[in-house]
Amino acid sequence: MAHIKVEEGVPGIRSLVLFRPETGKHLYELAQVLLRGDSPLTAAERELIAAYVSYRNDCMFCMSSHAAASRCLYGEEKNIVDDVLTDMQQSKVSNKMIALLNIAGKVQILGKEVLPEDIEAARLLGADDGEIHDTVLIASAFSMFNRYVDGLASFTPTDAATYEEMGKRMAEKGYALPQKLK
Amino acid sequence: MAHINLGNELPGIRGPMAFRPETAKPLNELAEILLRDDNNTLSRGERELIATYVSYLNDCFFCQNAHGGIAQYYLQCDMQFIDGVKKDFNSMSVTDKMKALLSIAASVQKGGRFVTAEQIEAAKNAGATDIEIHDTVLIEAAFCMFNRYVDGLGTSAPSDRNYYIGRGKQRAEEGYLHFDLYK
Repeated sequence: MAHIKVEEGVPGIRSLVLFRPETGKHLYELAQVLLRGDSPLTAAERELIAAYVSYRNDCMFCMSSHAAASRCLYGEEKNIVDDVLTDMQQSKVSNKMIALLNIAGKVQILGKEVLPEDIEAARLLGADDGEIHDTVLIASAFSMFNRYVDGLASFTPTDAATYEEMGKRMAEKGYALPQKLK
Repeated sequence: MAHINLGNELPGIRGPMAFRPETAKPLNELAEILLRDDNNTLSRGERELIATYVSYLNDCFFCQNAHGGIAQYYLQCDMQFIDGVKKDFNSMSVTDKMKALLSIAASVQKGGRFVTAEQIEAAKNAGATDIEIHDTVLIEAAFCMFNRYVDGLGTSAPSDRNYYIGRGKQRAEEGYLHFDLYK
């Protein structure tokens, strides 16, 4: 049960933003701009970074839902998502993405863990300033979302089908603030 | 120098915010509602103090001093008081409710799952409402983002801690929404 009185049965962050839409509005807007707005990274790549950081933060809800969204967006290449979460070096993801995921992993630990050589490695593989910026902000934002979801002990579904459906909705519709059912 | 070419020399979070205004907008809107909105039973000073404490735990020099400066302005206290809270809030003259909320802050900083039912219970027993607990956790989580954004891009920060006292007054007065990033 969640630490505060949110609507029962509503999963993860949805239950929290329904409890407090005034802050939820800006959280969803941030997710929409960051994961679906203009960016040199594809939506599939950005969802993969989100899933990877959530995996490292052991946030089951965010990891499962963003991995599902990323799979949908990768389409025929959907295996990349699980391969990266298992062992990215063995996956088919590009070397540039590996370098960006490495930066995201450092950010997950703490901002100061990112070293000039991490940035240099990404640059040598073709990453530009916009890609590095978005990677760092996505990793930072999920260091927030993960803590928000788990810090209030929101409901985490455990069945794969729920996340598959959620991922499909996230891939198709993006992030719009959920409305209370009357 | 920052890790990427931000196209400006602005300190701290203002650098990447000027580089990428599309993401700066929801970030500032979130800061405004969380830290400054007056429709909240936690005072602006209390909320800035929570932000300062988390930024201290995340070792983010810019954020802990910037928000420490704002907290000083609202709470009408000095830097020594802020430093005392960072070091050992239990020994400082803050309310029992704030002590309970700062203890939750320390757990959220480590990870969401570190928050225990006992900590929440203690906060409720000290008078914290569900909304206050919600906002506390979200402020703490948000600063785990802001701190990483600032340090993960290697932004610069003025080293003189007194610089942030004057800035604190300015930010408190202007707020997070309608201010000029370049001033």
